[in-house]
Amino acid sequence: MTPGEASTSRSPARPLWRRALGPRLRAAGLALPLVAFVTVTFAGPMLSLLTKSFYDPEVADALPETIAALRQWDGDGAPPDAVFAATAREFVAARTERTLGRTANRVNRVVSGMRSVIMGGSRLMVEAAAEAEAAGVTTDGAFWRETMIGIDARWRTPEPWRALRDAGQRFTARHYLKALDFERGPEGGYVRQAEEWRIYVPLFWRTLKVSLGVTLLCLVIGYPIAHLIANSPPRRANVLLLLVLLPFWTSLLVRTTSWIVLLQNQGIVNDFLVAVGLIGDENRIAMIYNMTGTFIAMTHVLLPFLVLPLYSVMRSIPPAYMSAAASLGATPLQALRRVYWPQTLPGVGAGCLLTFILAIGYYITPALVGGQSGQLISNMIAYHVQTSLNWGLAAALAALLLGGVTALYVVYDRLVGIDRLGLG
Amino acid sequence: MAGAALSPGYKVARWGYLAFCVATFIFLIAPILVLVPLSFNAEPYFTFTEGMLRFDPDAYSLRWYRSIFDGDEWTRPLLNSLVIGISATVVATVLGAAAALGLAHPAMPGRRMVSALLISPMITPVIIAGVGMFFFYSSLGLAQTHLGIILAHAVFGAPFVVITVSATLAGFDWTVMRAAANLGANPLVAFRRVQLPLILPGVISGSLFAFAASFDELVIVLFMGGLEQRTLPRQMWSGIREEISPTLLAVATFLIVFALLALSTVEWLRRRGEGAAKVRS
Repeated sequence: MTPGEASTSRSPARPLWRRALGPRLRAAGLALPLVAFVTVTFAGPMLSLLTKSFYDPEVADALPETIAALRQWDGDGAPPDAVFAATAREFVAARTERTLGRTANRVNRVVSGMRSVIMGGSRLMVEAAAEAEAAGVTTDGAFWRETMIGIDARWRTPEPWRALRDAGQRFTARHYLKALDFERGPEGGYVRQAEEWRIYVPLFWRTLKVSLGVTLLCLVIGYPIAHLIANSPPRRANVLLLLVLLPFWTSLLVRTTSWIVLLQNQGIVNDFLVAVGLIGDENRIAMIYNMTGTFIAMTHVLLPFLVLPLYSVMRSIPPAYMSAAASLGATPLQALRRVYWPQTLPGVGAGCLLTFILAIGYYITPALVGGQSGQLISNMIAYHVQTSLNWGLAAALAALLLGGVTALYVVYDRLVGIDRLGLG
Repeated sequence: MAGAALSPGYKVARWGYLAFCVATFIFLIAPILVLVPLSFNAEPYFTFTEGMLRFDPDAYSLRWYRSIFDGDEWTRPLLNSLVIGISATVVATVLGAAAALGLAHPAMPGRRMVSALLISPMITPVIIAGVGMFFFYSSLGLAQTHLGIILAHAVFGAPFVVITVSATLAGFDWTVMRAAANLGANPLVAFRRVQLPLILPGVISGSLFAFAASFDELVIVLFMGGLEQRTLPRQMWSGIREEISPTLLAVATFLIVFALLALSTVEWLRRRGEGAAKVRS
C-alpha cells in the first residue's frame, strides 16, 4: 500500500483541489498570525511615519476658510477682502477657544516670526471685534483689511499670507526640504541654507563617517579574533566564543555605564595613568562626553555583531586550503590575501552590513557618552520627537535614514542574498 | 607552511597576532567585569579605593545591593521590566514558532517575501521604528500604556524566534510527518510527538533572545512610556544622566549575572542540538 492509496482510502470524499491546496493553506495558515501581527504593529507604524513626513493637515484643518480663500489669491500684494474677513473670523474664534497658539507655532515653523505676528495681532483683533459689535459697525472684509493693516502693517505685504498659504498645504515637501537644509527664500521658493546654518546634512555626513569608521575598526580588530576562534581546538574555541557572546548578551546600559566609569575624568583609566605618572593630575585626558567616547563605546557594543557572522563563515573554510597554498610556495601573507581573505568575503559582507546598519541608527550610547560633539542624526530625530515636538521634521529625517538603509539592503541582497543574514 | 614557520619574521607575526587577539578580548570583557568589584565598594565612588586595592574587607560592602530594595526606585522598574518582557516573549514565541513551522514547510507559498517581512523589525534601525511606533500607537491611544510597549517589544522579539526555530527545522524530513499521518496521527498529535521535541531547543533559545531584547530595550520605552511604564533600562538611563549612584553598579552586576545565565542556557541548548544532529546523521 503506497502512501497515496492510504490517504485516498482514509478520506475518499476529499476533492483533488483540496488535497493539492491543503498543505499550502496549512503552511500559510501557520505563518499568517505573525504576518498579520507584523503588518499591524510594525508595517502600520512605518506607514504612519512616512505619511507624517509629507502630510500635515493641522493648519488646513484649523483655518479651513482662510486656506480656501487664499487659494484664489495670485500671491502678489495683499489678498482680496474676502481673505481678510475669513482670516479675522477664524483668528478671533480660535483665539477665544485658545487653540490659536498651536496653529501659530505651526506657521512659525514655515516662516519664523509668524508666531508673534499671529498671536500679537489676534489679541488686538479680538478687541476690535468686540468694539465693533458694541458700536454696531458691520465687520466686513473692508473693515478687517483696514483693522488688520492698522494693527500690523505687515498684513499689507504678501509675506505673512504666503506663510499661511504654505503652512496650509496638506501635502507638502517642506519637512524633507528642511531635513536637507533648505530654507524658504524671500520669494517663497526654497534655497539651500548658508553653510554655517546647515544642521542636518552635516549631521548625516557625520553619522555616515562615524558608522563607516566604527565598522572598519570592528573589522580590523574583529577579523583576527574571528580567525583565532575558528582555528582553535573545539574546547578553547567554545571558551573564546563565550568571551564574545557575553558582551553581546550584556545590557547596553551596563556596557555604557562601564565606559563612563572607566573613561571619565576621575575614572579608572585616568587614575591609572596618573598613578603610573604617564600624565599629570591636572591634564587628565577627556575620553568621554565627546566623539572619542562615542567611538570607543560603539565599537565595543558592535564588535560581536561583526565577529559572529565572520566566525561562522571562517569555521567552514577547510584549513587544507591554506596548507595547499603554502606547499605550492605561497608566503603566509600571499596565502592569506589570495586564498583565505576571498573565502571570508561573505562573512565580511554580512558582518559589516549588520554593524553599519546598527551604527547608523544608533541612539542610546551617543546620547549618554557623546557630549555635544558625539551626537548623531538619531539624536536629532529623538530631539524633534521629544523636545521640539516638530514631528513632521522628525518623520522626514527618519524617512531619509530609512531610505538609505533600504538602499543598502537592496545592494546587499543583490550581492549576497538577504536570506543569508542570520545571527551567525 | 612548515618551512615558513621556522622563519623569524613569521614567529614575530604569529606572536603579534596572538597579542593583538588577547588585547581585543581584554577590550571586550574587561569593561564588563570591572563593574562587579566596584559594586561592592563601601564608599560612594566609581573607582577603586586604596582599601579595595589592599583587599581590606572593610572597604567592601553590600550597601548598594541593599539600597536596590530601599523604596520602589528600582523595584518598580524591575517589576515593569519583568511584566513587559514576559508578556512580549509569550506573544513573540507563540507567533514566531508557528510562523517558522509554516515557513519551513515545503508547500509554503511566497516564502522569500514572507520571511523578509517577518525579519524586517529586527533589521530596521530602532530609532526609525521607534518614531513610527510613537506616531502610530499615540494615534491609537496606546502610548503610555503597558500594552503598547508589549506589542512593540513582541514584534521586535518575534524574528529571533523565527530564526532560531527555523534553524532547528533546517533539513527536517517532511515525509516523517506524512508517515505519522498515515499511521493515524492527526496533525496536532504528529506535531506534538514529532516536531515539538525537535524545535523545542530553538523555541527556548528564541524566547530567551526575545526576552533579553525586551529586557534591554530603551528607545521604545523612552518614546512611548510614561511614569507608569518605567523599566529597568529607563531607570538606568535616568541614573546615568542625572546622578550616577553606586546603586546603578549593583543593578548592573545583577544584569551581568542575568546575561551569563541566559548565555549559558542558549549555549547549552545549542551544543545539545549539535550533539543530537550528530546522532541523527
